[in-house]
Amino acid sequence: MLSLDKLQSTGKKATRDGFGAGLKAAGDQHDNVVMLTADLRGSMKSEDFITTYPDRFVQCGISEANMMGVAAGLATAGKIPMATTFANFATGRVYDQIRQSIAYSHKNVKICASHAGLTLGEDGATHQILEDIGMMRMLPGMTVINPADYNQTKAAVQAIANHYGPVYLRFGRPGWPIFIPEEQEFVIGKALHLNEGSDVTIFATGHLVWNAVEAARELEAEGISVDLINIHTIKPLDEAAVIASAKKTGAVVSCEEHNKYGGLGSAIAECLSKSLPTPQEYVATNDTFGESGKATELLEKYGLGVKDVVAAAKRVIARK
Amino acid sequence: MADIQELQRIASQVRRDIIRQVYLCQRGHPGGSLGYAYIFVELYFEVMKHDPSFNMKAEGEDVFFLSNGHISPVWYSTLAHAGYFPVKELATFRNIDSRLQGHPTTHEGLPGVRIASGSLGQGVSAACGMAMAKKMNGDDRTVFVLTGDGEQQEGQIWEAALFAPHNKLDNLVLIIDDNGQQIDGPTEEVLRMGSFAKKYEAFGWDIMTMDGNDMVATVKTLKEAQAKRNGKPTCIVMKTEMGQGVDFMVGTHKWHGKAPNDEQTEIALAQLEETLGDF
Repeated sequence: MLSLDKLQSTGKKATRDGFGAGLKAAGDQHDNVVMLTADLRGSMKSEDFITTYPDRFVQCGISEANMMGVAAGLATAGKIPMATTFANFATGRVYDQIRQSIAYSHKNVKICASHAGLTLGEDGATHQILEDIGMMRMLPGMTVINPADYNQTKAAVQAIANHYGPVYLRFGRPGWPIFIPEEQEFVIGKALHLNEGSDVTIFATGHLVWNAVEAARELEAEGISVDLINIHTIKPLDEAAVIASAKKTGAVVSCEEHNKYGGLGSAIAECLSKSLPTPQEYVATNDTFGESGKATELLEKYGLGVKDVVAAAKRVIARK
Repeated sequence: MADIQELQRIASQVRRDIIRQVYLCQRGHPGGSLGYAYIFVELYFEVMKHDPSFNMKAEGEDVFFLSNGHISPVWYSTLAHAGYFPVKELATFRNIDSRLQGHPTTHEGLPGVRIASGSLGQGVSAACGMAMAKKMNGDDRTVFVLTGDGEQQEGQIWEAALFAPHNKLDNLVLIIDDNGQQIDGPTEEVLRMGSFAKKYEAFGWDIMTMDGNDMVATVKTLKEAQAKRNGKPTCIVMKTEMGQGVDFMVGTHKWHGKAPNDEQTEIALAQLEETLGDF
């Protein structure tokens, strides 16, 4: 059982580096794993896979729509294609290709999307997608995963290679604390309990899990007991874990690097509203586009910092 | 050597099936479907090596992808007569709870369909993926994909047009139906496509042309394209006429998405011999 004292940063690496490491491992395990990219092989940190398995690397050029279709065709023939690009180009730009050729056609395609959210940083709002979880979550049959750190991303890539069906795997650009134990098993659709508590539940996904850990430490120091749950798989949601925790604490906070509409917060609210209506506060972007800046500056400015998680927890406890 | 007379007999039945499918549900796309009867029958009854017991991965088989899914009635009839599913199932076209959706899908598990199509411009990319997988697997069979000419206005088509020659997918055969018509009128007026042959040649494809109404010539061309391995994908520009086989539907876009009434159906069926038995 994990707890806050065990969740210490052992250094920083980007989740996209975790993708590259996981892809190599998945490639070692399955000779039908194929990587596709749309002119972003460097950004995907996948040189290890590409140099080891050059015949299983497909460079598509700046043609994301075609890449999704080629991936669907490869999957039809029994390959496990991992189609990679930035999250914005992996979702919004090609929504209809994903919808018809992958999701509706139930193809075993893994859409692996880096540079999601504000933490993309200096490139600004054109690239900082904050709507992708919502779009992908709406597609029938699509599994949506947003891992928290390098280790979890690495494990997630291997898990999705072993899972049949379309998956959206979302990760990011910046160096980020590594704190999930390397040996921690990754089970698709199974929430990861990070700390046992009783006053408030904090559900977090992606980069925001680390901020939630830091916030939980502050809250615990103030005598507030935090049930901290990492929802790495937003769809299918681990409803049993969500309901059990909400029943225990009676107050929940959702934390995500995504718009407040359509993402983790919405998924939690949809679940609880029908089973166990519970006061909820959202740590998410407030229906806005981002801007240029450093990753941590942007998280602070857009209300996704540690202090924002702490404040949200106190607000929701007051509503009990 | 192909038995052209036999293929034409099958095509006549396929055309009857098209009219009757669209008539029965009063929805669908008869015009384009009629124009394609020959090529579908040629591919499934003469050219392709394929197994109607249906294996999604198509290992060791030639594969056909339909990109312009709205011509589903011709594909459904051909697949049924080729043994993929019972011919009587054609009566369920576009009905509730049917595997024969308005546009072909894999969702209901209809044998013979490997990917959904309907939203245009996506099939060539999927065909590229299948052709590439065959190369990776050392499977020397051929992948065919059919698109309309109006469909060539989609941007994704041209992404795939770059991709296939770059990757030397010489086991890929793209057939463009150059019937000159689309929903809003003649392609020449809606959005001029110019010369497909020159465009694809410039992109690095081998170009072949054929008259889709000349069965002897089309079988020969398809077999040549199927056998060719020279490092380049093949684009066949096929001239067809919408509505082929039914005199009042020929050469007009008016029957693109319109079902015939009782009287029109009677006239149409009188022009098409029932050769294999109606569904």
